[in-house]
Amino acid sequence: MRYRRPIRAGALLGLAVLLAACAPAQTDSAESGADSMEGTLRVWLFSEVDQEPKEKVVDEAVAEFEAAHEDVTVEVQYIPVDSRAERFQGAFNDPSSAPDVAEYGNTDLAGYVEAGGFADISDELAEWKPYDRISDDVAATARVDGGTYGVPWFLGVRALFYRTDVFADLGIDTPQTLDEVVEAGRTVREEKPDMLGLSSGGAYTYGFLPFVWAHGGDIAEKKQGSYTAAVDSPESKAGLELYSQVLSEDVCPPQTCAQMTGNESVQNFIAGKAAMTIGGNFNLNAVDASEVAEDTAVIPLPGTEPGSVAPAFAGGNNLGVLAGTDHRTLSVEFTQLLAGKKYQQRMYEAMGNLPTLGDVQSDAAAADEEIGPFVETLESGTRFVPVTGAWAAIDAEGVLPTMVQRVSSGDASVDAAAAEAADSLDESFGGE
Amino acid sequence: MATPAPPLRVAGRALARLRRSGRLEPWVYLAPALVVLGALLAYPLYQLVLVSFYDYRQPQVTGAEPLRFSGWANYRTLLADPQFWEVLGNTVVFAGACVTGTLAVGGCLAVLATRLSAWVRTLLFLAALGAWATPAVTGSAVWLFLFDPSLGPVNQALAGLGMTGFEGHSWTYTKWSAFGLVLSQVVWCSFPFVMVTLYAGIRSIPGEVIEAARLDGASTGRIALSVMLPMLRPAMVIVTIQSIIWDFKIFTQIYIMTGGGGIAGQNLVLNVYAYQQAFASGQYGLGSAIGVVTTALLLAISLVYLRVLRRQGEVL
Repeated sequence: MRYRRPIRAGALLGLAVLLAACAPAQTDSAESGADSMEGTLRVWLFSEVDQEPKEKVVDEAVAEFEAAHEDVTVEVQYIPVDSRAERFQGAFNDPSSAPDVAEYGNTDLAGYVEAGGFADISDELAEWKPYDRISDDVAATARVDGGTYGVPWFLGVRALFYRTDVFADLGIDTPQTLDEVVEAGRTVREEKPDMLGLSSGGAYTYGFLPFVWAHGGDIAEKKQGSYTAAVDSPESKAGLELYSQVLSEDVCPPQTCAQMTGNESVQNFIAGKAAMTIGGNFNLNAVDASEVAEDTAVIPLPGTEPGSVAPAFAGGNNLGVLAGTDHRTLSVEFTQLLAGKKYQQRMYEAMGNLPTLGDVQSDAAAADEEIGPFVETLESGTRFVPVTGAWAAIDAEGVLPTMVQRVSSGDASVDAAAAEAADSLDESFGGE
Repeated sequence: MATPAPPLRVAGRALARLRRSGRLEPWVYLAPALVVLGALLAYPLYQLVLVSFYDYRQPQVTGAEPLRFSGWANYRTLLADPQFWEVLGNTVVFAGACVTGTLAVGGCLAVLATRLSAWVRTLLFLAALGAWATPAVTGSAVWLFLFDPSLGPVNQALAGLGMTGFEGHSWTYTKWSAFGLVLSQVVWCSFPFVMVTLYAGIRSIPGEVIEAARLDGASTGRIALSVMLPMLRPAMVIVTIQSIIWDFKIFTQIYIMTGGGGIAGQNLVLNVYAYQQAFASGQYGLGSAIGVVTTALLLAISLVYLRVLRRQGEVL
């Protein structure tokens, strides 16, 4: 048996050499530097539940672009929002199958930039006039560490939808503060036990965050370039406490509501099963087409004091140019065309998405009073999630929904759940 | 040997010796399978282990940040994470229950099938094949619909029978009720394999053996325990190991039916957890470490199981 030892040592050595010699694959991210003015321009846009109107607008823009540029074909692909993470990772890993221009959700950007996926187009935008008409709050959703990685294309802002008939029936006044919103929900549920007072789920992060922001709290604070969790601050906990009152038997029972996402929360309202919900301007068309259309009113979600507005999340989609493109000039031009005034207007008419250009916004608000509460919410200041690549992991692991759900199910107190969430956030921020 | 033989001659001689002793032939037959396994199994496994030793996240994949060999760091992070231990516990309990459930249902139906008249048996097999052929995604969606809180026929039927507590009852709200629902779906879609295999096993037991036992005065229970079960052991081994492996790495059903891991992640199992870490949040290194741990666990369980069987005197 003596001869076994050298063999084993040799095998171990061989394994060590193998491990040291081969490293996991890395994409060679050196940009091609090519800037071709012909060929195929590949564009990724998100698919929508009702996609036809969007496709129509985009087709018009493509036709206009192709007419202006000979020898250029624009190929648009619609990708599902749910699997976007995998799609974009694939695109960054293999630049030859990546698009030139892509629509992306603004919360995902920091991660994409960290991966080197998008090109900084600050210089091109500096010379593009319409860019000045995008407010700083909104433009910031396309900026990471001083670079600008796209043009905000449209926004989704949320406000409070409520049933005027139910409120009139029960003699409830329009709520002036967040506490009154919860109180109104309680009254409705007491009088009409088959209705949800306020349909807002445990997995509805952007329904929950305004509660935190309204109380002066936040997810995290940026200090000296790095983030520290702030969900366990007294202000944040006050917001969490109030939101956990929503997710209780007497407003929105956890059995039904704990797992609901934003979309499902709004669906309950559309189905007539809820007296209030926190819905976006992008839900307006669906509400208008439903049976509760006549009895629905929308106001900005009130803050803690009468007359104040709870800061909304500045969600929205941007158009950006991928770092690996070899059609940079064309890509920027196409982005500017699609995000420009003409097609923002069209997109607003087709999809009900809130425009990002100030002049298109005010035109829209003047022409259509339905959009008023959303523009008002936007104007009173919006907030955003931490701009860091760690957000993708935090979002995927459901750190905030977990915190809300643990409180609503009674598994943890507000203090305990907030402390756990803060630990888990700090771990993610530190892991960068 | 005075002069060293040229290397080629040595190799040739070694080959000849192998051929003489008949040791080369099996390898020639095995070669195609080994090549395929090597390419499709060994290489990915090697990559998995390799990646698990690196700090390998999205920026590293695209080359935006340099690669860093991090040694056991991913494993240390994993083992220090209480969530991992909870998920591991969930997985073991859940997979154990699934295996037991599948074997019990499949075994009972296999025995039943041997006693049914031909056409009833055909019906049973057709129904089972239907469940077997249903893709996991479709099956999960159908079960979710059946148990939907307000629209699902199950709740409507229960409420209709006077149990009004089930009106709007959510089956996925509490941890064990959600696991139970997924378990029933898993058992439903995997019992046919067990049933068909065991049925074939029972049928292959020669009638003479049973007859002999009966003549010796053995009762039906005695025959089942002491004659049929030992003869069924090879088939049992296969279905048990297969079930352990399948149920330990369940993904689709949990992912779909509990919405990616349930409320506050209460229904996470190892595979969904690995997916969440590796792909959804782009931490490939950590995700690979979970994959390696899962593989090691499965190997260990299978080996222990085989060992125990061998000790009982069964040559496989």
